[in-house]
Amino acid sequence: MLMRYAAMRLVQLIPMALVVTLVVFFVMMIVPGDPVMVMLGAVDGAQVSREVYDAMRLRLGLDQPLIIQYLNWLSNLLQGDLGTSITHRTSVLEVILLRLVPTMYLMVGGLIVAVIIAVPAGVLAAIHNNTKWDHLATAFVVAGISVPTFWLALVVILIFAVYLGWLPSIGYTRPQEDFVDFLKHIALPMSVVALNIAATVLRFQRQDFLEQMQQDYVRTARAKGLSERLVLWKHVLRNSLMTTFTVVGLQMAYLSGLITIVESVFNYPGIGYLLLNSIRTRDFVVVQGVVLFMVFLVIVVNLMVDMLYTVLDPRIRYR
Amino acid sequence: MEARATDDSSIFERPASQASSVTRSIIAFAGSDRRGMVGGILLVLYILVALVGPAISLYDLNAPDLGVRMQAPSWAHWLGTDRIGRDVLTRIIAGSQVSLQVAVGAVVMALILGAPLGALGSYVGGAIDALVQRVMEGIMAFPSLVLALALVALAGPSVTMLWFAIAFSSIPRYARLVRSGVLTQKEREYVDAARAMGQSPMRILLKQILPNIMAPIAVQLTLDFARAISVEASLSYLGLGLSMPYISWGTMIRDAQDFLEVAPWLAIFPGLALAGVILAFTLVGDALRDRMDPRMRRSLSRRLA
Repeated sequence: MLMRYAAMRLVQLIPMALVVTLVVFFVMMIVPGDPVMVMLGAVDGAQVSREVYDAMRLRLGLDQPLIIQYLNWLSNLLQGDLGTSITHRTSVLEVILLRLVPTMYLMVGGLIVAVIIAVPAGVLAAIHNNTKWDHLATAFVVAGISVPTFWLALVVILIFAVYLGWLPSIGYTRPQEDFVDFLKHIALPMSVVALNIAATVLRFQRQDFLEQMQQDYVRTARAKGLSERLVLWKHVLRNSLMTTFTVVGLQMAYLSGLITIVESVFNYPGIGYLLLNSIRTRDFVVVQGVVLFMVFLVIVVNLMVDMLYTVLDPRIRYR
Repeated sequence: MEARATDDSSIFERPASQASSVTRSIIAFAGSDRRGMVGGILLVLYILVALVGPAISLYDLNAPDLGVRMQAPSWAHWLGTDRIGRDVLTRIIAGSQVSLQVAVGAVVMALILGAPLGALGSYVGGAIDALVQRVMEGIMAFPSLVLALALVALAGPSVTMLWFAIAFSSIPRYARLVRSGVLTQKEREYVDAARAMGQSPMRILLKQILPNIMAPIAVQLTLDFARAISVEASLSYLGLGLSMPYISWGTMIRDAQDFLEVAPWLAIFPGLALAGVILAFTLVGDALRDRMDPRMRRSLSRRLA
């Protein structure tokens, strides 16, 4: 049953994937100048030998109609061929996968910390609705939404690296090399990611918990004589965690943007940093590849959330 | 509480002709919602600063004054001076203009591109509706900031390109809002009446339906304003925003980060301005949404009871 549902959802993704690839393909067309020179990364009047130029022109299939060009590009894409980076001189996919691990540490770590902070805080804010705790939580949410990420990152650097000198402000160490140093380097960027996501999670957790508390099953549980603690922390929390789970899953698109900014401020060598660096070096094949890869991540995570949702909540029937 | 509830429904359902009482209920609304009021005051302040600020600034925007380089805030320079002695307050005021200009353009562009698509889909239905919806779903899969970044990086920054880059990922939100709005309003009696009177579909859409779905669109516009300002600043911070002669808060913060140790005010004040403006739009948008979402209203009234 689940397999059929999964298959159906995958089929539904096809039109979306088509739109996404079309957008990316045509976005590459808006680059001013000769597309061959652009793909060679030689935009600012650099010299390129005739052979290299012709090879790239042939590779891009620029003599063919647009639709054929698109289909060729798409079929390469489906085989995992995102093209070859001019600056890195390897396949774009390889370049991306190399940077993926640090980014995953940052994303997953940030999400976990965010949930650990935000879920209990959201529940407490809902239970103590309209008290000073609730107001404090709301203030945190509003601040989290209003304060621009890059600025928060700079303020965090100013406090913890410049004034207190506790942590390094930029860079990265691989955990295999020196785990403590790894933690020191990831602490600040991860906190910024976590604070940002925590604000959103807290907001939904609080809201959903408030709504759940007014449901009939809560009244029934109370009428049965269950302790208030048991009712709230077991029955209500379990139900409202479903919402939290969905919210976290749907943050994926937002998270990619967040990661890009955070990695840029902290010189953290993940895929967001790669994206910005490739823009700087005008390595547009990589830019294209990273954007596609991020969209791919978003779609996969959303799909997984969808699937897990049906597993976790038996009331949802596969149509 | 009862009186408030009727005010709400009047914002939502009122025919377009009674504009003056809409204004009155907006004022009543601002008076009754503390968040909305704080946000509203900040917002008015921001717009005033953007419109008249540059005219009354004391210092020259760009002329270096090497005698007063990197000075901390003082009576002469309230928010300090930068590395070539330019007054930070003057530049922040000028920056408000750029952020407002970019955000207005981006939000309007998203509405202009999204709303007709939504209306088209819901009015025509069938294959066209399905096609529009699939395209919108595709656009929504893109991380908005990353897409804006790529667009500006590829096409080069200009005001129009920035508008489009920021607006692009918001298009589906307006298309969907208008689509669902038209679908529910289409069945209403007043639309039947207008049709019976022989009004053209276009006229019905613009004169009858549009005013009735304006409220949720207004909320979305307000929240998107906050988003647009934030994205513009982020792009500028990353070095992909407008360059001279435009002054963006994001660029100011970018320039300031090399002097974080010696002159933190260079980074702190533009950031505060940015946070304040985003806060203003978020507060107003949230307050508006709470007032118009019946579910939220119920929980609010219960809380106050």
